[in-house]
Amino acid sequence: MASIDSSQNPPFIFADYKSSLLRGPMQSPIDIVELYSRNSETKIGELLGSLSSRFAIGELDHDLTRNVCNEGEPLGERMIVSGRVLNQLGKPVPGVLIEVWQANASGRYVHKADQHEAPIDPNFIGVGRCISDRDGQYRFCTIKPGAYPWKNHPNAWRPQHIHFSLLGEAINSRLVTQMYFPGDPLLSLDPIFMAVPASARERLVSTFDLSISEAGFALGYHFDIVIAGGLSTPSEDDGGHG
Amino acid sequence: MASKFTRGLTPSQTVGPFFTTALTASGNNTFVSPVDNEVSGVGQKINLHGRVLDGNGDPISDALIEIWQADSQGNLTSSDFLGFARSDTSSNSESSYFFTTIKPGAVNKSDAPHISVIVTMRGLLTHVYTRLYFSDELEANQQDSVLNHVPENRRATLIARRAENKLVPSYHFDIHMQGENETVFFGGL
Ligand SMILES: [Fe+3]
Repeated sequence: MASIDSSQNPPFIFADYKSSLLRGPMQSPIDIVELYSRNSETKIGELLGSLSSRFAIGELDHDLTRNVCNEGEPLGERMIVSGRVLNQLGKPVPGVLIEVWQANASGRYVHKADQHEAPIDPNFIGVGRCISDRDGQYRFCTIKPGAYPWKNHPNAWRPQHIHFSLLGEAINSRLVTQMYFPGDPLLSLDPIFMAVPASARERLVSTFDLSISEAGFALGYHFDIVIAGGLSTPSEDDGGHG
Repeated sequence: MASKFTRGLTPSQTVGPFFTTALTASGNNTFVSPVDNEVSGVGQKINLHGRVLDGNGDPISDALIEIWQADSQGNLTSSDFLGFARSDTSSNSESSYFFTTIKPGAVNKSDAPHISVIVTMRGLLTHVYTRLYFSDELEANQQDSVLNHVPENRRATLIARRAENKLVPSYHFDIHMQGENETVFFGGL
């Protein structure tokens, strides 16, 4: 159930988020967890096994300030975002493919569908990836994204955010989310953020962390990510279940 | 189980409209995703394609589709086979996704071959899971425990239709987010 846990995830239809109205399913998902427990032959979680070794990750893929190999440095405030990927038992999850994408410092994406009249930065495409290490750690170096307008309602602005995609070894650990920044006044006005149950919202907000910052170079933000799944695999059974 | 959890899940958010640059091979030329729309392996080569339709029946041109499947022998985990691929609906004027893959074997002898499908898009705050079964596996489909768990009048939403007279078997699978033919989505995977 974790993947659609309504106490921790936003609903399919959220009236203030206009495009959810025609795209969110109206019928409840059919729960098949019970089927799995009845049929011992069926594996829960549909494990794919370790993915990380299958994907070629370049040396600079995690560094959005350098990974497009252009003439100069991107404009904006340099930042590092780092944290751990954990499961619900608080155990680190290694080998998760983490992909990020974001607007540049001016609030503009390098994407044909982005019509925001803000400049494109020739030295920044706003795309990165890495794989969580054996301690579940990940780290990106990037530029703090700008807020940008969208058409959901009059004078609508997305708070500054970085999109995250996580792909682990079980199908139900799939996560697509967004990381926000502490103290952003746009958060309480944003229907995408506000669709999350109030008790879970703060999990999407990174914390400023001077220990992640690099003196004279970049500010640091801490963001841990907790994913579902993988709890029934033998490798996860060594002590985690207590 | 839930009582042992010490950490709350990081909530889901929409993938938004600009994900192709990061997630799919069609996104850009400078930083190509390591995940493309092909699964390769031993077995019968097949094509999968279809559209994602909104509550008005209009095709959605910014949906992300991921497939996750067993190899031709029904093994979900094997070191020489990656049964995972991605496509999006932005790369052609029909708003179709497209995969080339191999026909999966049945994971359990009693069940039918199928492909797990993850669907997300702008407007969807939490991604959904569904399953694609094959129209030319009639007998196996009748035995399948998951299909039999789905109300009979909704089972057809999970069956990909095989096109006739194609050199490489080609299956069409539309995903309806809402409406009379709303696709069955699953929880508790
Ligand atoms: Fe965005």
